Amino acid sequence: MALLEVKDLAIAVAVGGQLVPVVHGVSFTVEAGKTLGIVGESGCGKSLTSLAIMGLLEGSQVRITSGSILFDGQDMLTLPAERRRAIMGADMAMIFQEPMTSLNPVYRVGEQIAESILQHRKVSKAQARERAIELLRLVRIPDPEGRVDSFPHQLSGGMRQRVMIAMALACDPKLLIADEPTTALDVTVQARILDLLKELQDETGMAIMLISHDLGVIAETCDDVAVMYWGKIIETAPADELFSTMAHPYTRGLMASIPVSDREVERLEAIPSRVPMLGEKLDGCAFHPRCGRARPICSDIDPVAIAVSPSHFARCHFPGEDQA
Amino acid sequence: MSAAPLLQVEDLKTHFALGTARPFGSGRRVLKAVDGVSFSIRAGEVLSLVGESGCGKSTVGRTLTRLETASGGTARLDGREILSLSQSAFRPLRREIQMIFQDPFASLNPRLTIEQTLAEPLRIHGLAKNRTEARALIAETLQLVGLDPQVMERFPHEFSGGQRQRIGIARVMILKPRLVIADEAVSALDVSIQAQVLNLIKDLQRDSGVSMLFISHDLGVVRHVSDRVAVMYLGRIVEIGSRADIFERPSHPYTRLLLSSIPRIVPGRKRVEDLGEPANAASPPSGCAFHPRCKFATDICRSAQPLAQPLGNEHFSACHHIAELQKDHA
Repeated sequence: MALLEVKDLAIAVAVGGQLVPVVHGVSFTVEAGKTLGIVGESGCGKSLTSLAIMGLLEGSQVRITSGSILFDGQDMLTLPAERRRAIMGADMAMIFQEPMTSLNPVYRVGEQIAESILQHRKVSKAQARERAIELLRLVRIPDPEGRVDSFPHQLSGGMRQRVMIAMALACDPKLLIADEPTTALDVTVQARILDLLKELQDETGMAIMLISHDLGVIAETCDDVAVMYWGKIIETAPADELFSTMAHPYTRGLMASIPVSDREVERLEAIPSRVPMLGEKLDGCAFHPRCGRARPICSDIDPVAIAVSPSHFARCHFPGEDQA
Repeated sequence: MSAAPLLQVEDLKTHFALGTARPFGSGRRVLKAVDGVSFSIRAGEVLSLVGESGCGKSTVGRTLTRLETASGGTARLDGREILSLSQSAFRPLRREIQMIFQDPFASLNPRLTIEQTLAEPLRIHGLAKNRTEARALIAETLQLVGLDPQVMERFPHEFSGGQRQRIGIARVMILKPRLVIADEAVSALDVSIQAQVLNLIKDLQRDSGVSMLFISHDLGVVRHVSDRVAVMYLGRIVEIGSRADIFERPSHPYTRLLLSSIPRIVPGRKRVEDLGEPANAASPPSGCAFHPRCKFATDICRSAQPLAQPLGNEHFSACHHIAELQKDHA
């Protein structure tokens, strides 16, 4: 059984008394100890999906309109609030893009880590502090006994993200959701944080759901990949299979758009037009207005996921066609 | 290419005073954001400045456009020193040196139509006699950046990020500048849109023959647009050379670390080990600022700042251990 199973999750935003659908039924699984990457551009719904799983949409203008989120066999959407709160932040933890704004500037980092331990575990303050130092050591922060009393502004961006990771790991989560964890970081710092996440996964056996717009980050860290476009998963496959044979024209267009540092190309093959906004109305396949090989059926009928191989699916009427 | 460069920057320094003076007279602490940077750009050439946050690359661009005040050094445009000019003497030169900014949401006035936004620089520099002439120029420039001239009547909020960046580029190109400084001009855009805008910048640069200082942290983007590349670390250029030199024969340990740190879709490049933490510009390490992270570091690196060593063909690297480094070529 998968650790996390999301089935037909649909999300809508309440705008002026009306519900505008923004995530249109996404399904995926995260296996224990594995890393699933979710990739897509702004407004594709990747962050909303992760916030829904973490139960962080409550009280906002955003509603989950259908579907289920099974974590460890329990449906998070029907579980009583108290039981759910015991899981969130303990068995399931999250790190965000911006390590500066995610930490409280007026508390020492040790106190902030201890807070999440005290929330979920019956330990004394002294024990929580000991555990905080242990966690800082785990995320390779030099001089953890000294750093535990630092304020966030005294740490570099990379060190702050390490503190966020330490906080997320406080209660030995089975699943870590990382939403663009290295996007705000410099490339040399990013490399070390990605290495750290991999090492921690090997040590603890936790599963990771990594959300990113960067195909390089996804390729380096993930076992499986789901590509999102306009609130739908349009292609999903094991990472090595996806990066060797892309079946959906959007995934291929995304690849061709990236200027890489390894080789020179005369011209980038940009995808024409613009990224659709969440909630915009689009008929048929959402990608057809930008697709070079769209045919009449593409503007009429929304394609279902077609199996390209037993583990590789693409929502396209003509998957893998004119593969170079 | 023996022609005199369009822009010649020598020993540029931009220092900022930090906080207030310390008690007991130890003086003000100084942040040396740019500390002795020299480079040149020829007519029609694209030079990229690449480096991580805090390396001073943006400050170089802002100093050359006089948004910051230089603390030392010279910058000559066509042989004429521009850093020591008074603001009023510099004003006519503003048309020739134009800047494209990162954030297409913050750099357009939300209360002005696109026509008003584009007419403003024409008016300031007296480039259109009347509104008809201005409108004709605006329409022509909008077409040049791939927008329908009819968008003139609309306001910035009606456009997507990519379209807004096209408007920002139109605002620069309408003045027919000789040097464009693009500061992270595509960093805020989605990948699929970034590719469109990069293609546009490349086309416009080629067709108009404008020189460009392209400031970016993204090595993929830099490889795509540049003729030459300068790598900055903590206020200094550590390596400068042709695009091929920097990407195929990187000859500074920091350049190699940068290149090997990029997450890759096709695996292959061996990661260069990073021995330390990124340095803080307010308290730079002694000697070569990169030494705490460098596997080649020896005593001389901790005590003496390395000078740029010529490697032939306008390729320079500021490293004490250049010979050893070249043997170690990964």
